[in-house]
Order: sequence, then structure tokens, then C-alpha cells
Amino acid sequence: MIKYIYADNLSADPVLRAGMFQDRRIQFKERQKWDLDVNTKGEEIDAYDAMNPLYVICVGADGRHAGSMRFLPTVGQTMVNDHFTHLSGGGTITSPLIWECTRFCISPDVVNSGEVAAKLMLAACELGLQFGLENSVGVFDACMVRIYRRIGWSPEIIGSAGSGADEISVGLWEFSLKAKLRLCTKFKISPRDVENWFETSFTTPEILKVAVA
Amino acid sequence: MSQKLEAFLERLKKTDTLDDLQRTIEHIRDVYDVEHVIYHSVSGTGKQYGALTYDPNWVERYLEQDYTRLDPVVLGALRQFHPMEWKRLDWSHPTSRKFLNEAIDSGVGNQGYSIPIRGPNGQFALFTVNKNSNDDNWAKFTNEYARDFLLLSHYVHQRANHIHNSDESTQMRDLSPRERDALIYLGLGYARGHIAEKMRISEHTLRVYIDSARYKLGAANTTHAVAQAISRGVIVL
Repeated sequence: MIKYIYADNLSADPVLRAGMFQDRRIQFKERQKWDLDVNTKGEEIDAYDAMNPLYVICVGADGRHAGSMRFLPTVGQTMVNDHFTHLSGGGTITSPLIWECTRFCISPDVVNSGEVAAKLMLAACELGLQFGLENSVGVFDACMVRIYRRIGWSPEIIGSAGSGADEISVGLWEFSLKAKLRLCTKFKISPRDVENWFETSFTTPEILKVAVA
Repeated sequence: MSQKLEAFLERLKKTDTLDDLQRTIEHIRDVYDVEHVIYHSVSGTGKQYGALTYDPNWVERYLEQDYTRLDPVVLGALRQFHPMEWKRLDWSHPTSRKFLNEAIDSGVGNQGYSIPIRGPNGQFALFTVNKNSNDDNWAKFTNEYARDFLLLSHYVHQRANHIHNSDESTQMRDLSPRERDALIYLGLGYARGHIAEKMRISEHTLRVYIDSARYKLGAANTTHAVAQAISRGVIVL
């Protein structure tokens, strides 16, 4: 299932939290060779994790981290605006209707990585649709371009640097009902399930109890 | 963007005093046919400002009781940045229930949608739309206007900063070269399709650049954005 969790609520689930930051180390530091800091517990945590971002986390049947991504509003500080303006045309991308999505990560332990990736993309789309957002913006490696295409929801690339496997790009995804339904059909996930992920995460447990009773 | 919003942004650019802002907030209430609209900001130095339509007795009571310490809307918005549905918040604690009942007795509607707004230097603001409605109609309403309220909240906030002449409004973010290009072509009267082609981007991305430029310039519409950019010397046609 998918959970939307703010950073300051992550400590309630230490296993999930540690799993996410360690899987990020494996994916970004070890595999993609990004120059990132890793703490003594083997966790990749950066300055943006300290800004109380909203994580979208795919939780496996065993309760562990299967995949995740991180959102921050672009009217505040973002990675793209702080470090990648040379890719986005020399200026910041700032709008109440755009949130930044970074650290799209899949656990190396999952066997169904395609499905996990698709669920995360769907959860991101739902987030945008529910809150009235227009786009998400993100920075990604060349290898991700293929993954987004396979999932069926590609960003529009607005700038790139480097070439081949080293190419990094900034791109925009458009939140749309069309994209959501396309992914639902393709991965045989009911739109109602996607809406439930959202409802469950953004509603206080007390209220859900009342609703169920 | 709805026509209601378009009309508002026009009005907002003529909002130059705090009295104007108060009337604009009242106007938002009337146009969207809701019970109340509340804009409340706290500067980095703790200075508070509000433009709102609540009964003054309720406002006085709220301040006197220092209800921000237990108001689930404020507590949520201080930590989180997504638009908040009141009914999804935690009202289970007896003191929050008592607070809610008291609010409703004072004419506050039973449904609310609150948008947290963050600024640099610890500035914080909250924009709320409040209405008496059943759950189904309210869901339709927020679904239809979520984007309007998201934009409206940030534009009202920018305008309030402008009136207060705060540091934030003078810290106008620079337009990127592509945002400048987009405005220049618009100023020259090119069609969007043509501009997108010239800039080698899709029309959708062009719109993102234009929206971003509008937001940075605090402009009501694209014409206003072009005019603002010219008058501030950001672009030369």
C-alpha cells in the first residue's frame, strides 16, 4: 500500500524510515554514484529532508520500505531551484501550482519494481489532482527516462546537461485525470484504491474509526 | 482557472490599502458564495495581520482565549504545507470539540478548506474558505475550486506583503531567461503556439513559464505580467 507521510511523522515507524534512507543510499550513492553524504547508520539524508517534506512511500507486505519519493512546494526552497537552475533555463521554477518531486527510489529488495514504481507515480498523480496542483518538477538521471516511459507517464524535459548515461535532466509532469486512469488501466489498479491511499493518509485515524463504525 | 478567479486577480492589483484588502476578502466571500474567508499572517518577527469576515466577537474571543494553541487547523498548518480539509483533522480531543462547537455557535460554517502559505524568513500565513454545507456538496465545491483557492491564497498573500511593504515583496525573485523570453514574445503579440515553437517547448511548458513569471511579478494576468515586466525594466520590447 501507499502512505503519504510528513518527515516529522516518520519517527513513528522507525523500520520504514531507516529502510527508506538506506535504500536511497543504495540507489543514489552506490548505484547512480551521486556525490551524497551518508551518515554512520548508512542513511542518505540531505538538507531537504530537514524541511519537513511530504514523502510518498510504498510499503511492502512485510511493512518495509519498497519505494518512495519526496515532495516540497516550489514557493519554498527546492533542490531544482537551489542547484539545477542551469538545467531549467537559468531561473527558478516557482508556482503555488507546482511541487517538486525528488529522490524517486525503489528498494533493491523488491521483486516487482515496475509495479512499485507505477504505484508511486499514481500516488503522486493523485496528490496533484486532490490538491489542485498543475505540475510536479523533478531532476533525474538518463536511466529514469526509460523507466518513466515504461510506466506510461513521461515528463516533458525542459533542460539537460551531460550525455549518455551521465545525462541529467529537469522535467515537468502534468497532473491529469487522463494520466491517472491510463496508469490504473495499465497496472490493473482500481482508481478507488488510489483514492483510498490518499483518504487514509490525510484523514486523522479517529475520524476513520468513526466512519467505519 | 475559473472566470471568478480571473476577475479577482484584476481586482487584487488595485488593492492598495489594508481597507481595500478587507473589502477584497469580503468580495471573495460573496463571489464564491461561502460563509467566511480568512487571511491571517504572522511575520518572521511575530507581527500578526488578518483580513477576515468572522463576527468580531468571535475574533475577540479567539484571541483572548489564545485558541491558536489548540486550533487543529493552525496546528496542522504550522507543520504541513498541503491544503487542509477541516473535517480530516483531529477534533477528537474534548477541548478541540468544545472549541469547534463554540466556533459554530459564533457563526463559523461547519466545513473549511485552509491553505498554509510559507514565506522566506519564517513568515507564515493561512488562507481559509469556510461554508455551511453537507459533505457531498462540499466535496464538489472544493474539487471545483481547489486550484482557484491555491492561487488566490498566494496572490492575496503577495498583495498583503506589498501593502505592508515587507522585505518579502521587495525580494522579488528574478525572472529566468526563458520566462523573460516568453513575456517578450507575448508582448510582441505572438500566438502561444508560435512562441512554443520558437522556444522549442510544448505549449504546456510555455504555460508553466508564463504562470511562474506571473507569480513572481504578482501579476493578475499575462497582459499585466508583460506590463509589470516592462515597467520594472525586466524586459525590453
